[in-house]
Amino acid sequence: MAEHHTKIPWHRNPKVRSIFFQVALLAATVWVAATILGNTVENLEERGIRTGLGFMGGAAPFNVGFSPFIEYKLGESTYTDVFIIGVLNTMLVSVLGIVAATVLGFFIGVLRLSPNWLMAKIASAYIEIFRNVPLLLQIMFWNFAVFLPILPAPRQSWGLGATAFLNNRGLYLPSPIVESAAGVWLMVAAIAATIVGIIILRRWAHRRQNRTGQPFPVLRVALAAVVVVPVLAYFAGGQPFTLDFPFLDTFNFEGGMRIPTPLFALWFALTTYTASFIAEAVRGGILSVSHGQTEAAYALGLNRKRTLDLVIIPQAMRVIIPPTISQYLNLTKNSSLAVAIAYEELVNLWAGIALNQTGQALIIIAMTIAVYETLSLGTSAFLNWYNARRQLVER
Amino acid sequence: MTTLRADAVNQAPNQDPRSLIIEMKQVNKWFGEFHALKDIDLSVEPGERIVICGPSGSGKSTMIRCINRLEEHQKGDIIVDGIELTADVKHIDNVRREVGMVFQHFNLFPHLTVMENCTLALIWVRRMPKKDAEEAAMKYLERVKIPEQAQKYPGQLSGGQQQRVAIARSLCMNPKVMLFDEPTSALDPEMIKEVLDVMIELAEEGMTMLCVTHEMGFAKTVANRVMFMDGGEIVEQNKPDEFFTNPQYDRTKLFLSQILQH
Amino acid sequence: MNAAFTHKPAPDRPPPRISVGAVGWMRDNLFSSWMNTALTIVAVYILITLIPPFVQWALLDANWGGRDRSICDANKDGACWTFIKVRFLQIMFGLYYGANPDQVWRPVLAFALLIALAIPLFVESFPYKRYVSIGLLVVFPFVGYGLIHGQWFGLPVAETSQWGGFMLTFVLASVGIVCALPIGILLALGRRSNMPLVRTLSVSYIEFWRGTPLITILFMASVMLPLFFPAEVDFDKVARAMIGIALFQSAYTAEAIRGGLQAMPRGQFEGADAMGLKYWQSMRLIILPQALKISIPGIVNSFIELFKDTSLVAIIGLLDLLNMAQTASRSIEWKGYDIEAYLFAALLFWICCYGMSRYSQALERKLDTGHKH
Repeated sequence: MAEHHTKIPWHRNPKVRSIFFQVALLAATVWVAATILGNTVENLEERGIRTGLGFMGGAAPFNVGFSPFIEYKLGESTYTDVFIIGVLNTMLVSVLGIVAATVLGFFIGVLRLSPNWLMAKIASAYIEIFRNVPLLLQIMFWNFAVFLPILPAPRQSWGLGATAFLNNRGLYLPSPIVESAAGVWLMVAAIAATIVGIIILRRWAHRRQNRTGQPFPVLRVALAAVVVVPVLAYFAGGQPFTLDFPFLDTFNFEGGMRIPTPLFALWFALTTYTASFIAEAVRGGILSVSHGQTEAAYALGLNRKRTLDLVIIPQAMRVIIPPTISQYLNLTKNSSLAVAIAYEELVNLWAGIALNQTGQALIIIAMTIAVYETLSLGTSAFLNWYNARRQLVER
Repeated sequence: MTTLRADAVNQAPNQDPRSLIIEMKQVNKWFGEFHALKDIDLSVEPGERIVICGPSGSGKSTMIRCINRLEEHQKGDIIVDGIELTADVKHIDNVRREVGMVFQHFNLFPHLTVMENCTLALIWVRRMPKKDAEEAAMKYLERVKIPEQAQKYPGQLSGGQQQRVAIARSLCMNPKVMLFDEPTSALDPEMIKEVLDVMIELAEEGMTMLCVTHEMGFAKTVANRVMFMDGGEIVEQNKPDEFFTNPQYDRTKLFLSQILQH
Repeated sequence: MNAAFTHKPAPDRPPPRISVGAVGWMRDNLFSSWMNTALTIVAVYILITLIPPFVQWALLDANWGGRDRSICDANKDGACWTFIKVRFLQIMFGLYYGANPDQVWRPVLAFALLIALAIPLFVESFPYKRYVSIGLLVVFPFVGYGLIHGQWFGLPVAETSQWGGFMLTFVLASVGIVCALPIGILLALGRRSNMPLVRTLSVSYIEFWRGTPLITILFMASVMLPLFFPAEVDFDKVARAMIGIALFQSAYTAEAIRGGLQAMPRGQFEGADAMGLKYWQSMRLIILPQALKISIPGIVNSFIELFKDTSLVAIIGLLDLLNMAQTASRSIEWKGYDIEAYLFAALLFWICCYGMSRYSQALERKLDTGHKH
C-alpha cells in the first residue's frame, strides 16, 4: 500500500470497518454465551443443583445391565464409570456396525452395477427402501415388531449345536476364559508376527516381480497363514484359554456371553441403513471411473480381474473413501438412537439416565456433546489429510 | 530477458499530470513471493489507445486489473481521473464508475437477460429509474449491433455476441476509460472480427482504451502506442509502426517473431 | 450423369433373431455367462421367498373391514389394516383432530393452500414467483398456524400438545427448513468471508451442530432450553423442538449453500466488482440468485434427511407420525399390531422421501446440462 497519501477517513477504510465489525460480532457472541451460561447456572441452582464435577466421584444409584468391558457393581461404581461404559458401548456398536455396513454396502454397491438386470434391480430396491425410511423407525421395527416378538423365550431358544443360542433375551455366545496369561501373549505375538511377515512377504513379492517379472500369489499364502498360525500357536501355547459355553439353567442361560437383543437390533438396523448409503458411494465411485479406462486396460491385454485390481479400483477408491468415512461418522452419531430401545450407550445411559438422576444438565450434556465433537473433528481432520494427500498425488 | 530499462524510448511525452486520465507511479505488486509488477510507470492521456502485449505471466493483465482495483497494488501510486486509488472504499467506488472493463470470459451474469445485464449497474450504482436505464442500454446495444437480442439470456448467444454485450454493458456506465483484458482470446476465429470491429469503432469515437491483446492487426490500425511487457516490467513502448518495424530489444524481437509467424 | 457412379445405399436388413426381442434381451441381461445365470437363479430365489408371502399377508389375506380388533384376531394370517383404517385420522393429524373429525378440514385446507402456493414455484415460466414466494414464506405461516391452531376467526383451539401424526412431522420439517434457510445463507457467506473472525465463528457454529447427533440436540432443546432463559420465559414442547431442529438444520443448509457458492466462477465476483456494485448488492443481485439455484439439490437432500430425522422427536415425547403409530399400536384396543403401524408410517415416509429424492436427482441432471452452454 502506498504509504504517503492523504489520510483515509476511518469510516471509509475497509480495514477499520472490518475490525470494527468483527469486534462487535465477537462482543455479541460472548454476551449471548455468557447470558445463556449465567441463566443456566442460576436456574439450576434454583432447583437446588450446584453445577460442578463433584458428582462424578459419587456412586451411581442405578444398575447398568450391559457392560462387557468394565465390571459394574451397583453401589460401588461411580458416575465416571457410567460415563466410560456409555462411551465404550457406543464404540462397541459403532465398530460392529461399521465393519458389517462396509461389507454389506460394498456388496450391494457392486451388485447394483451387476450386468445381471434382476440382481441390479434388487440391489437398487434395497437401497431405495432402506435409505428413504427414517432410521429410528427401522430400529424400532426390528426391535419391537420383529426380534422381540419372533424370538422365542429362553426355554425354547434356537440353538446352534450347543455353542450359541438365540432367544428374546439376546444372542448367547461362548466366551473365552484365560488359563495361562503367558500362553495368550504367545498367541498375540504369533499373530502380530504373521501380520509383519505378510507385509514383508508383499514387499519381497513386489521386488521379485519387478526383478524377474514373476508374480507371487501373496493373497493365497497370506490367507493360509492367517488361518494356520493362530491354530498352531494355540496348541503350541498349551491351549492358553478355554471356551465357556452358555447353558440353560432353570429359566435362563448361564455362562458364555450375552449380546442383548437391543444391541443386536440396533446393530442390525444401523448396518442395513448405513449399507444403503455406502452402496451408493461405491456405485458413484465405480461410475466415476470412465468407461475409457476399462477399454484402455482391455486394449492393453489386461484381463477383467487385473483391470479391476490395477486400474478401476485404485481410481474408484479415491472417490469412495471420503463419503464412506462420513457414513462411519453418521453411523456412530446414529447409534445414539439406541435410546428408543434401551441399549445402554452414551446418550441413553449418560444424557438420559444419569441426567435424570443428578440433574446436572449443563455438565452432562456438555460432556456428551464433547465426545461426539471429538469423533467428528477427528474424522474431518482425517478426511482433510486424505484429500490433501490425494490432491498431491494428482498434481 | 534483457534487464535494461529503455528510458529514452519509453518516456511518455511530458505532460501536465492533471490532464492525465491514468497515472501509475512506481507501482509494485506481489502474489505471495512472486513479484508480479516491478516499478511500473505509466501515463495515459485522454483519448489514447494503448495495446499491451507480452508473454503469459508477464504482468499485463495484473497491470490493467490494478487500474480498477480488482487487484490491490502494494507499493506506488495509481491515480485515475484525479482520484487516487487507496483502500478508501469511496475512492474505489468512484474509480470503478469511471472505468469500464471487458473480460476474457465475458463474465456476463447468466441468470439475467442481456437487457438486465446492461441496466444492472445503472439502476443500482447510478440509481437511475428503470425506464431511463433501459433506454440508455438499448442505445448501446444498438451500437454493438445486437438490439434484437436484448431479451435473451447470455447462454443463448454466441461467444462473439456475448462479448459485444459485455462491451455494451461497460459502455452503459459512460466510462472515461475502457480496459480490455484479452477480449478475443476465448473466441472462435470467425467471431473475433465482429468484436474487433466494435472496438475499432469505439476507438474512432475517441474512447480512451487500454487493451491487452495479441491481435497485432488491431494494434496497427487502432493503437497510438504499443507496449511490450515481460517479467512484470514494461520493456518497450512505441508508436505502432516504429514498434513493429524497428523493435529495440531482442526480447521484443523474439516475441514479435513468435506471434507474427502465423 | 453417365460419367459418375451414383452410390445407392444398401437396404437395412433385420438383425439376427437372437439379439432382439424378449429372448435377446434375456440372453443379454440374465444369461450372458454362467456367472450371470447363477445370479439370476439366486435373484429369482430371493424374490420368490420374499414377495409372494408378503403379498399374501399384506393384501390377499389381509383384514380390511370392521371397526375393532375382533375381525383381525379371528384371522391372524393377514395384516390388520382395519387398525390403520380406524386410527387413520389420529395417525395423520394427531390427538385433537383424531378426536374431532369435523375439524379435520382445517389442516387439510392449510395443506392444500401450501400445495397451491408451492406448485407455481416449480413451473419454469410462471412470472410472479417473487410474490408467490413472499406469500408462501411470510403470509402462509400465519394463515397455516391460524388454521391448525385455531383461536382466531372463532375456530376451536387445538393445543400444540394435541398436534401430532403426519401433520406434526410435516410442520416440524417445514418450519425447520424455512427458518434454517436465512441462517444458512448468512453462515455460508460468513464461512467464505475474508474477515478471519467471521470465518472462524461460522465454521465453529457449523461444525458444532454437524458434529452432534440430533437426538442430543433435541435433549438439549427439551431439557436445557428453558434453563437458558430467565425463569419467566417458557416455550411449549413443540416450539422447543422447532428451535432445536432449525438451529441443527441451519448448519446443514449452510454447507449445501457453500457448495453452490464454491461452484460460482470467480469471474462473476469480478464482473460485479468491476461494475461498482457493493458487497451486499453483488451478493443479492449476482451471486446468491445463481448460487442458491445450484444448491437446490443439496438443500433438498438435506431436507430429506431432516424429514426423516424429525421422527426423533418421538424420543422427547412428541406425537409425530412414528410415535402416533406406535402409540396406537400399543393402545389396549390394538395391542400387538405393531408391524402394521410401522409399515404404514414407513410407507408414508418412504413416499415423501423417495419423491423428493427423485425430484432432486432430476434437478441435478437438468442443472448439469444447463451449465454446459
